[in-house]
Amino acid sequence: MSRLAVRKTYKLFIGGKFPRSESGRSYLVQDANVALASRKDVRDAVVAARAAVKGWSGATAYNRGQILYRAAEMLEGRRDQFVALGEPEAEVDAAIDRWVWYAGWSDKIAQVYGNANPVAGPYFNLSSPEPTGVVGVVAPPESALLGLVSVVAPAIVTGNTVIVLAAEERPLAAVTLAEVLATSDLPGGVVNLLTGKVAETAPWLAAHMDVNALDLAGVRDAALATSLEEAAAENLKRVLRPPAAPVDWSADPGIGRMTAFLETKTVWHPKGT
Amino acid sequence: MFEYAPAPESRSIVDIKPSYGLFVDGQWIDGQVRDKTVNPANEEVLAEVAWATESEVDAAVRAARAAYENVWSTMPGRERAKYLFRIARIIQERARELAVLESLDNGKPIRESRDVDVPLVAAHFFYYAGWADKLGYAGFGASPRPIGVAGQVIPWNFPLLMLAWKIAPALAAGNTVVLKPAETTPLTALVFAEICQEAELPPGVVNIVTGAGETGHALVSHPGVDKVAFTGSTEVGRAIARAVAGSRKKLTLELGGKAANIVFEDAPIDQAVEGIVNGIFFNQGHVCCAGSRLLVQESVYDEVLASLKRRMALLRVGDPLDKNTDIGAINSAAQLERIRTLSEIGSEEGASRWSPPCELPERGFWFAPTIFTGVTQAHRIAREEIFGPVLSVLTFRTPAEAVEKANNTPYGLSAGVWTDKGSRILWMADRLRAGVVWANTFNKFDPASPFGGYKESGYGREGGRHGLEAYLDV
Repeated sequence: MSRLAVRKTYKLFIGGKFPRSESGRSYLVQDANVALASRKDVRDAVVAARAAVKGWSGATAYNRGQILYRAAEMLEGRRDQFVALGEPEAEVDAAIDRWVWYAGWSDKIAQVYGNANPVAGPYFNLSSPEPTGVVGVVAPPESALLGLVSVVAPAIVTGNTVIVLAAEERPLAAVTLAEVLATSDLPGGVVNLLTGKVAETAPWLAAHMDVNALDLAGVRDAALATSLEEAAAENLKRVLRPPAAPVDWSADPGIGRMTAFLETKTVWHPKGT
Repeated sequence: MFEYAPAPESRSIVDIKPSYGLFVDGQWIDGQVRDKTVNPANEEVLAEVAWATESEVDAAVRAARAAYENVWSTMPGRERAKYLFRIARIIQERARELAVLESLDNGKPIRESRDVDVPLVAAHFFYYAGWADKLGYAGFGASPRPIGVAGQVIPWNFPLLMLAWKIAPALAAGNTVVLKPAETTPLTALVFAEICQEAELPPGVVNIVTGAGETGHALVSHPGVDKVAFTGSTEVGRAIARAVAGSRKKLTLELGGKAANIVFEDAPIDQAVEGIVNGIFFNQGHVCCAGSRLLVQESVYDEVLASLKRRMALLRVGDPLDKNTDIGAINSAAQLERIRTLSEIGSEEGASRWSPPCELPERGFWFAPTIFTGVTQAHRIAREEIFGPVLSVLTFRTPAEAVEKANNTPYGLSAGVWTDKGSRILWMADRLRAGVVWANTFNKFDPASPFGGYKESGYGREGGRHGLEAYLDV
């Protein structure tokens, strides 16, 4: 007699835990029942992301790099699982390599993006990047793992925490990535991942006053993108608009996705004896 | 207190025309709608200026587009640099004229416009001139491209300096601009247009459209504008962010602030008091990064307050053109009304108000330097930007409490820290959520130093290498 398989329940990832949607809803996608996140789930995720900011942004850059590299190790171990979910092998490999690439940026971005300023007076003057805070991310629909990694890693490597709305039609890779992160020493709340309908949850994220920035990488409806950007203006969230042209997620990403969610702080002090 | 004899700067160096038009495509055109700009120190009408209409703004944007495509974006960086160096030199040559004109139109003391504003304007053009042919080394790729036509809207508190912060990096990066100065302080921008002509800058590279909010709205929402830069209130900043939503326009905003100036018990008190005074009374407190919330450690509260009051009694308020004046005129009747209203609310909410004895001129817009003590974090004068010479004083006991209170604001533009302990300075600097942290100093500006805010103080940086990013397609 053949063995009956144990099925997996695909849940949300909030504050390091895997709750079902508080709404008790799910939707059928990729042959599975996947949690259908609600407004309350968005708010819970923002609370978790905000609570994680102090510890994560205050960790040393070396420590953040170590943790992200650990996540790449876990990702490698789950390689076959992502392939089984329908992610092309080349994209899975690229996603793992992309994660490693960003992990290495943790203790270099301040050296590349910050600098001393030679002011005309007897002052020490230094500009350094700091994380913006809580970032809401809409993951790209066309690349469920590589695209997701390419928007999550650059936001968190610098010390931000994120609430990610997973690709609506291909959420399973995102839930599996959450399982990778949960076993990577990443503090709970640094990455929060919601599955469900972007058009339902994104407006609550865009209007939330405790969210500092939005990455609209995955919004493909121009009217929705405009309304999200308008809502974001209420507390002057930094907004990364949807790409103007289709993105090749395997291309060299540059540092733009990191610098979009960095603030520059400039410190002055007089020199004297 | 010493008696001072009047030491007025002569206004004969400026030749204000009775009427100014709009500067579009290198030419002066008469505007259809006209209004007046007054000297806030005596309410005398200085000149009549145009308030650009939608179609006039459109003409300016089209001129900027043509200049961008045909001349400026294709010109080698080293040639653009030389135009900017020329402009910087002419500003230095006409420095006294610009300083007097700025004080007449804005109300700021001549000592400030002469020693701070105008030298910084020239320095800003010098700084960015040198970048024009070195953009590939700025960290934004090997050959970063300009964006196109920049629509820029600036405030009245540092009219010519804000113009320099906007125009110098835009031109260095290869963009062309349409700039709208504030309706109460258009005159130095109009003289700047003459300077562009004197420098033989190609027509259309710089266009100046004077006017009020409607002109600004027409400019930022014009479909031919690729880049919007705004300095002003958070309220207007929000409206602009909404207006450009859904477009491909790149946006930078430098908005309001409510900076904490934090004095620890081990600070050199005399220096700290100078910093407090400079932080809130410089430029009549019309400064977005003003140190408008003083946080004093409880153990030195009495000493700091006594010293601050003694120092405030020596501040000379009056004629902006007098070289001994410390505090000039409030820029407009509307701004004076806002300062008065918020100050009355401060008293009504239970804070104690104090000003030194001080005689204010009868005509013009004036407000005595004022401090409120007994202020709590819930008071409106501790939360809202007053943009005037009004300081709210609060206290704290521990460094952690100072950080908590300093960050308890939707703004995040600047902060000040006064202490003799180096490790504490760096500990505080790490935790203050503000774009500029002045430690044992305040209100220092330099073209090489990036300026701009966190949170609702806006986004993007002006000044320094960072300031180029706002004007490059990156």
